[in-house]
Amino acid sequence: MNSENKSLNLRADVDRLIANGAVQLASGCMAELWREEAGLSVAPFLVSRFEQLRGKVTLTPYRLAVLRSFTLEPAIPLVRAEAFVKGIDLSAQLGDFNAYAQDILDADSSLYRFSPDAVILAARTPELAPDLWNQFADLSPDAVSAAIQRVVNSFAQWIRIFRERSSAALILHSLELQPHPHNGILDAQRENGQAAAIHQINRELRRIAGEHRSVYILDYDGLMARHGRLRWNDQRKWLLARMPIAADNLLHLSREWLRFLVPLSGKTAKVAIVDLDNTLWCGIIGEDGMNGIKLGPEYPGAAYQNLQRALLDLTRRGILLAICSKNNPEDAMEALTHHPGMVLKPKDFAAMRINWGDKAQNLREIANELNLGTDSLAFIDDNPFEREQIRKVLPEVTIIDLPANPMEYASALRDCPVFERLALSSEDKQRTVMYAEQQERAQVEHTFENKEDFFRYLEQEAEVAPVSSATLARVAQLTQKTNQFNLTTRRYTEQQIQEMSGRSGWQVLSISVRDRFGDHGLVGVAIAHDQGESCEIDTFLLSCRVIGRTVESALLSQLAEHASSKGCKRLLGWFFPTKKNAPARDFYPQHGFELTEQSPEGSLWSFDLTKQQIAAPKWVRVTKPAAV
Amino acid sequence: MTVFDQIRALASDLFAISPDKLSVSSSPETVDAWDSVQHLNLVLAVEEKFHLQLSPEEIEQMKTIGDIVKIVEGKLQTAPS
Repeated sequence: MNSENKSLNLRADVDRLIANGAVQLASGCMAELWREEAGLSVAPFLVSRFEQLRGKVTLTPYRLAVLRSFTLEPAIPLVRAEAFVKGIDLSAQLGDFNAYAQDILDADSSLYRFSPDAVILAARTPELAPDLWNQFADLSPDAVSAAIQRVVNSFAQWIRIFRERSSAALILHSLELQPHPHNGILDAQRENGQAAAIHQINRELRRIAGEHRSVYILDYDGLMARHGRLRWNDQRKWLLARMPIAADNLLHLSREWLRFLVPLSGKTAKVAIVDLDNTLWCGIIGEDGMNGIKLGPEYPGAAYQNLQRALLDLTRRGILLAICSKNNPEDAMEALTHHPGMVLKPKDFAAMRINWGDKAQNLREIANELNLGTDSLAFIDDNPFEREQIRKVLPEVTIIDLPANPMEYASALRDCPVFERLALSSEDKQRTVMYAEQQERAQVEHTFENKEDFFRYLEQEAEVAPVSSATLARVAQLTQKTNQFNLTTRRYTEQQIQEMSGRSGWQVLSISVRDRFGDHGLVGVAIAHDQGESCEIDTFLLSCRVIGRTVESALLSQLAEHASSKGCKRLLGWFFPTKKNAPARDFYPQHGFELTEQSPEGSLWSFDLTKQQIAAPKWVRVTKPAAV
Repeated sequence: MTVFDQIRALASDLFAISPDKLSVSSSPETVDAWDSVQHLNLVLAVEEKFHLQLSPEEIEQMKTIGDIVKIVEGKLQTAPS
């Protein structure tokens, strides 16, 4: 009854806060309600209240179409509520029942009219391959091969046609296995059994997806298996309403969808900030000492090693780690450096704040040090009080709610969609090393009297090149996640970048920067298109890693040079202000652009190419790729 | 909150209408938003809220809010906890 009352109070609070215009508090309350009782009965309430907050709180709009072979209507409010809580205003459209193929093939279908940002194709083995699903025991090996080929060919056709008609991301459910193979234990003895046939289709699906841009596989069979294959489906609901998935698993499915939608809409965390005592190890180092804390392959230390392993895995995805802990730094460093059970080492952390100060302030400092916004941070702490404090003071930080049982810590982290990445660039894999180089740079910078001397000492080399198949993924990734030095904050998929680069009059340039300390990798993107005498800059952005190093001037000068060579007389560029892109605000005026138009969305700047030039800074050596 | 109040609150959220517009005699005939999809949503929300499973026969009998209340109350009485 207690939780019932809490829920009622929270609902009343939400409505009262909305009525009073306290929208931030209201959305905090809604997030709490969702944490307390995420599910089918609360989702419609949350969706309707979030719709009232539209325009009053910062939400990223995103459009999702779901094509399906079975009843999925009840999942839509769930995925929308889950998305809202994560800051995504998700509009969702559900294709007609079992009409997924027509939806894709018909150029005029409601799917394309909806112009989605992402499309999920949720078709199941029973509908896609009824022969493999129902009559496998009757099929000859040839008939099995033919059935596999038929399904694979259908997918190949659907994906190809979809790609011709839409640049939206496409997420395909993989095919599920029979929980009970029809030939019993014989199935596992054969190379061409029922499970092997489905696996083969899934393998082919991965191959085909890899041949296209922005096509992804959702491991639906893996999702089912994780939650228990026999408990995933509910035969009664299937017979009643053609809804195969048990109602309480629809939440798991919508959360799996979010693992794609969160990175697709750019809502990812770039740093995981961890506490130490009772988070990275069991016990309190300041009280229990090196021999007292528990961290090793046995219970209970193993749970903490598992969490450390999961954190280390994040660094391989380009996510930075940092420490925020209330401790004596000497005690903590002793354990971090010398405890034999440590999976993580001090070098794995890009920043550390080990002190007795306020954690919110420490988080702000870490964000500053790493040149990131606080909304790029995820906070991992076993102490609910600390989590609540951060939630109140820095609501933009992602809070990982560690479960009460430490054995579940690692999976809580691995479940978290803000750490998902759709593709990995070489920059991602080396990020921790790059930040170590960055710290060296910062130390050296202090020893110089003026900036120019420091820039000369850096010996920066910038390579400006048109986007290529090798850089496409990184270029799209930068448009999706760069918030600070980004003049228009336009988000693009790989597919859209590829299309733009192929259009006549369009230029998609990237800049890669290197200096005496190391390689920054590909850190900037400029997209521009000629319109007669003008060349308009569609996108101009720079990774926060190199802000303040003047390489942006080098990129702009290349763009201006190119526009001049094409006979353009003016270079035009919009600046659309956001909460985050203040660092880019003065970019155009600083380079001699003049304000020509001011609208509520932003300002349009113009540069007269016939009268002036934009010079690259003397201390940046600009190179071009060997053959262009 | 009575079972009726709770079911009415679920229906009110789902159909996006005020609770006082719903009574025991409300049905798909009297409520515009109550279509077959919303009927399924309501069934699932009731199952989740009261931690019970409704059989196809029971779902068949649920023609009005009052029917749903009666069936849920019956199941809650026979439930072990």
